[in-house]
Amino acid sequence: MIVHSREPLSAQNTQTIALVGNPNSGKTSLFNRLTGQRRKVANYPGVTVDRHVGAVTRDPNTQLIDLPGCYSLVSRSLDEQLARDVLFGWIRNEQTPDGVIVVVDASNLERNLFLATQVIDLGLPTIVACNMIDVVRDRRDQLDTHKLAQQLGVPVIGTDARTGEGLDELHNAIRALDSPTTKAMGHPAKRTPFDKPAQSAFQEMSNVVTSRNLATPSMTDGIARILIAPDSVSDDGDTWNKLSPDDKHAIITARNAIETPVASLVCQRYDTIATIVSAVHIKNSDGRPTATDRIDRVLTHRFWGLTISSTIMGAMFLAVFSGAAPLMDGVEFVVSQLATAARSLLGTGVFADLVVNGVIAGVGNVVVFVPQIAILFFIIAFLEDSGYMARVAFVMDRIMSATGLHGRSFIPLLSSFACAVPAIMAARTIDSRRDRLTTIMVAPLMSCSARLPVYIVIISAVFAGNVWLEAGILFTMYALGLVTALMIAAVLKRTILKGPPATFILELPPYRRPRFTIVCRETWDRTKPFLTQAGTVILAFSVILWALAYYPRANNTSPDNIDTTAQLRQSYIGRLGQTIEPVIKPLGFDWKIGVGLASSFAAREVFVATMGVVHGVGEDADETSVPLREKLLNDKWPDGRRVLTPLVGVSLMVFYVFACQCMSTLAIVKRETNGWRWPTFMFCYMTTLAYVASFVVYQGGQALGLG
Amino acid sequence: MTIATTGTTTLDRLPIGSQARVTGIDDKTGNADRLMEMGLLVGRPVEVARVAPFGDPIQIKVMGYHLSLRSTVARGIAVEIENASTTS
Repeated sequence: MIVHSREPLSAQNTQTIALVGNPNSGKTSLFNRLTGQRRKVANYPGVTVDRHVGAVTRDPNTQLIDLPGCYSLVSRSLDEQLARDVLFGWIRNEQTPDGVIVVVDASNLERNLFLATQVIDLGLPTIVACNMIDVVRDRRDQLDTHKLAQQLGVPVIGTDARTGEGLDELHNAIRALDSPTTKAMGHPAKRTPFDKPAQSAFQEMSNVVTSRNLATPSMTDGIARILIAPDSVSDDGDTWNKLSPDDKHAIITARNAIETPVASLVCQRYDTIATIVSAVHIKNSDGRPTATDRIDRVLTHRFWGLTISSTIMGAMFLAVFSGAAPLMDGVEFVVSQLATAARSLLGTGVFADLVVNGVIAGVGNVVVFVPQIAILFFIIAFLEDSGYMARVAFVMDRIMSATGLHGRSFIPLLSSFACAVPAIMAARTIDSRRDRLTTIMVAPLMSCSARLPVYIVIISAVFAGNVWLEAGILFTMYALGLVTALMIAAVLKRTILKGPPATFILELPPYRRPRFTIVCRETWDRTKPFLTQAGTVILAFSVILWALAYYPRANNTSPDNIDTTAQLRQSYIGRLGQTIEPVIKPLGFDWKIGVGLASSFAAREVFVATMGVVHGVGEDADETSVPLREKLLNDKWPDGRRVLTPLVGVSLMVFYVFACQCMSTLAIVKRETNGWRWPTFMFCYMTTLAYVASFVVYQGGQALGLG
Repeated sequence: MTIATTGTTTLDRLPIGSQARVTGIDDKTGNADRLMEMGLLVGRPVEVARVAPFGDPIQIKVMGYHLSLRSTVARGIAVEIENASTTS
C-alpha cells in the first residue's frame, strides 16, 4: 500500500516537474537549457542510476528531474523502470511529480509520440516539447504544433535546444502548468481511445490498482494501461520502489488472468498516432539520402567502417596513454611538491610520515589516474553526442556476440586497456543488468596502464638486449589479458550470469555536431565520483597500507637515519611477505616479491617503488632504473640460485595480468554494483586465476627444463 | 542463404534497398512487444539500409528512422516485398 499526499516536496510553493523522453530526443540539452548551471547529480535510493535534478533558472521554485531516456513506460531496462516509477509516484520518499514535460524528437514524431501518449494518458499536467524543430524545417517539412496541441489535448511547444528557440514559450507553459486550463487538459476524454475488450481489461487492472491503493484516482486508468503489458524487468534489487512484494504479486496475478493481447494495444495506440501525425505533419522531403545516410555509407562500410573505427579507437587509446602523460607528470609533480612542503612543515615523526607517505603518496597514487579518466570520458562523451557510439556498437556487435555480450560492451572493454575504473563506469550504457555485470567483472583483466611499469621493469631486467623478444613478450601479456577476458565473459554468461540472450535492438540516431558544453559536463559528471566516493575508500586503504609498512618500528634506528630496507623487512607488510613465501614459492617468488605483491594492492605500479625499497635502491626507483635492474638480477635464494630467472619473470608478469591488485577498481565496483558482493567475487576469482596461471607457468616451465 | 526478390520472406533475407511491408512478428526471441513499440507493426513499411561489416547485425529503416537488429531477431519478422531494389 502506498500513502498518497500531494504536499510539496520541500519549501512551500515548490513544484517538481519530470522531464521524460526517448533516448536521442535532445532531452538532456533541454534540461541544461532550462536549469543552466543549477543542478545536482545524485543516485536513486539503492541503484546507481544518476538522478539529475535542477531548479529552473527563470522560476527557482520549480524543480526539474531529468529522467533516464525511455521508449515506452512498459519498461525493458533499469533506466526505463526508474522513469516509470518516478511518473507513477512509486519512488521511495518521493511524491508524484506535479507535472511532466515530454520531450519529443519532432523529426521522428511518430515513434516519439508513442511514449508521449502513454504519459498523457497518466493524467498529470503535461507539456509536450517538440524538440529539434529545426531538423523538420531543414527537411522543408511542416509541423503544425497548434493542431498537434488540439489533437493531444496538452500544450505543445516547438523547441530547438541547441539555439534556445521556443524556450520563452516553454517557460510560460511551465508557469501555467498548475493553471485550471492546463489541469483540465488531463481530462479523461483526451486519453488515447481503445476498443471495448481493451477497455474492460484496463478496468480490471484499474480495480487492482485501486484496491491496493497504488495510485491517486486520476492516475489509476493511465497506470493500469501500462501495468497490463508484461515488462521484462527483474524484480531483484528494485529497492527504490515503494511497492511491496504483495503489490507486485497482485499486479502479476491480475496481468496473467486478464490475458490482454498486448500487440493489439500497441497497434491501437499507433493507429491513433498515425491519424494525428497525418493531420499535423506535412512531408515535403524527397527520398534523397540524408547526410546521415551518406556518412553511414562510409562509417559502417565493410572496409572503411572497420578501418575508421580501428583508427578512432587507436587514437583514443593513444590519447589516454600518451596524451595524459604530461598531465600525469604534472599531478605527480604537484604531489611531490606537496610531500616536500609537508615534510619541511611537519619535520619527522609518525604524524609527518603518515601525512607524507600515507595520505599524500597514497591519494597521489590514485589521483594520478584522473587525467586518463577525464580524457577517456571526454572522448567517449564526444563520440556519444555525435551519434558515432551507436555505430561502434553496430560494427562490433558480431565480435562481441561470440562471448554472449553485445556491441555495447565493446567500449568499456577497450577503455579498460587504459584504466579499469572509467571502463567500469562506462558500462552503465549497457541496458541488460547481467551483461553490464559481466562486462564489469572481466574489464580489469585487460592490461591497464598501471601494469605497464611492472611489465617493463621485469622485461628489461630478465630479457634485456633482444628488442623483438621484449616487444613480443609485452604483446603476449596484453593479448593474454584480452583473450582471457573474453573467455571469462563467455563462461560467466553461461553460468552465474546466465540469462536470456542479449537483445540488441539499438537505435542509430542521426549524426550531429557534438556540443562542447554537454561533452564537458558529461566528462565532469563521470570523473567526479571517482574523486569523491572512490577517493574516501582509497584514502582509508592508503593509510592502512602505510601503517602496515611503518609498524612495528625497527628499534635501533634514529628517526633521521632510517634503514628503509631493514624497516620494511621487519614491518607487518614485510612479515606478511615472509609469511606468504611458502605459498608463493611454487610460483617462483621469494618474500621480497611477496612484499611487492602485497603493496601492489594500493596500485600496481607501487610494485616498482617497493622493489626499490626492498633492495635498498631507494623509493625513487622507477622502471628505467639501472641499479634496481641489477639488484633484481643479483637477488639469490639462500642456496645461491638466482631468484628472478626468465621463467620467474614470466610467471610474475602472468600473475600481474590476472591478479586484482587495485583498490580503486574494487572501490568503483562496489559503488557501481551497490554492495560488496561483486567486488568480493571479482577479487577472489582474479586472485585464484592469477595463482593458478602462475603456478602452471612456473611448474610447467620447470618440468620442461626452462627454469 | 537465398535472397528473395519477390513475395514473402523474412527481414534478415530482404535485399538491401528493397521496400517491404511487415506481415507478421514471431515472438520466439521474446522481443515482439518492444519491436512493435519501436514501429515494426504489421502493415507498416520497412527497408534494410545496410548490413554491418561482419554480416550481422543489420540496419533497418522503419517509421523514418534507423534501427539495428541482429539477424536472429530479424528472422522472426515476416515481410512482403513491395518494390525490389534497383541498386543491388
